[in-house]
Amino acid sequence: MIHVENLSKTFTLHNQGGTVIPVMAGANLHVDPGECVGLVGRSGSGKSTLMRMIHGNYLPAGGSIRIAGVQMAGAEPRRVIALRRDTLGYVSQFLRVLPRVPTVEVVAEPLRALGVAQLDAQARAECLLWRLNIPRRLWSLSPTTFSGGEQQRVNIARGFVHPFPVLLLDEPTASLDAQNREVVLALILEAKARGAAILGIFHDEEARARVCDRLVDVTGFTPARPSGGQAA
Amino acid sequence: MRDMTQPILSVTGLERRYGARIGCTDVGFDLYPGEVLGIVGESGSGKSTLLSCLAGHQGVDAGSVTYDGRDVLAMAETERRRLARTEWAYVHQHARDGLRMSVSAGANVGERLMATGHRHYGEIRAAAVDWLGRVEIAEDRIDDRPTAFSGGMQQRLQIARNLVTGPRLVFMDEPTGGLDVSVQARLLDLLRGLVRDMGLSVIIVTHDLAVVRLLADRLMVMKSGRVVEQGLTDQVLDDPQHAYTQLLVSSVLQV
Repeated sequence: MIHVENLSKTFTLHNQGGTVIPVMAGANLHVDPGECVGLVGRSGSGKSTLMRMIHGNYLPAGGSIRIAGVQMAGAEPRRVIALRRDTLGYVSQFLRVLPRVPTVEVVAEPLRALGVAQLDAQARAECLLWRLNIPRRLWSLSPTTFSGGEQQRVNIARGFVHPFPVLLLDEPTASLDAQNREVVLALILEAKARGAAILGIFHDEEARARVCDRLVDVTGFTPARPSGGQAA
Repeated sequence: MRDMTQPILSVTGLERRYGARIGCTDVGFDLYPGEVLGIVGESGSGKSTLLSCLAGHQGVDAGSVTYDGRDVLAMAETERRRLARTEWAYVHQHARDGLRMSVSAGANVGERLMATGHRHYGEIRAAAVDWLGRVEIAEDRIDDRPTAFSGGMQQRLQIARNLVTGPRLVFMDEPTGGLDVSVQARLLDLLRGLVRDMGLSVIIVTHDLAVVRLLADRLMVMKSGRVVEQGLTDQVLDDPQHAYTQLLVSSVLQV
């Protein structure tokens, strides 16, 4: 479902003397349906950069990214948007929402965008919020004032509310307690069981061992660069 | 069902000059049904000029604008005005430019319906009540004049007046400019819901990158009358390619 071939990435800092920073070269990766692949490598080696290129918010310098048969590299924005709406889910580390929108609507939004009726979308959102132990009294409030762990669970609920065929997970268990971590791992295993192709970054080694079928070390995709260079 | 695979608005090589000075030049893009296009740039970048050219508020010196297969620039003025009353809408930065301040809120909403041939008073009033509710203005304010409203309420009333006829293409010029931050969030939430539920195509001009991040699918960055970069909104903001966009993004204050 995810096919990455010979992918490369550079950042050009026009306002800092046009410095060109190569951050990735020759990246290859594939994820099949029902499989969970973990990205590993030291901090700054390009795990998030690779994930962001697959999601489409970083532009590759070269190479190919195919998701469910669609070429993402160089795709028109509306193709990427359509793919994100029905196929490609993403749980980032940060919750970015409009202030004042109730949590239940934040979680239901991916379904509403797919045309699911308000009540059905809300029922599925509530079900996930309940599983992820977000207290019912918080459902009608905006998540902007929630704790870090609560915001992360809202993000996860949003990522799992629609059965996306492809899921990108950036540290989905990072700031969770043991109980909620179990819930998230169960959601991941359920997604695998229904055939989702999952690519994840997990610093939590035990979580990684429990859900990942394979690991890909991105250090192998890091181009040689002058000492002292730090990826953006 | 309308054909979603054809652009609702197609623009090529658009140019507007003021004597020797460039208003905007070499602007081209396709807007598809249901898409929200954000246009950003600082004051004087040509973004508002572009918007008013697209909406036909001023003439252009070169290029083409095609709406739903029709050549907008070659269109008779009466035909363009009919479009502006029915299938298009224009939300001004200052609500008082888009409202009639001397008549009631209900009349402001009803007027656009009457302009499209509605004559039944009861139906027009019912539609006005419905729309005031959708933009969260209490029904008991229907007979008040907009002069008695706060800035945020005036802006919501302007949106109701524009959307009551069920337009397909909406032009917005800094719709959240000049509003308190808390009022902005409420307005953005409202706009996002309306865009989704009505399947609106929107072109929104703003200098506020946070607004486009939350509202726009795609972004065009303008500088000195030219488009310097365009693409998926989060891609342009997270991985800007052009020097000017990099400067713009890195200049935003973090809170």
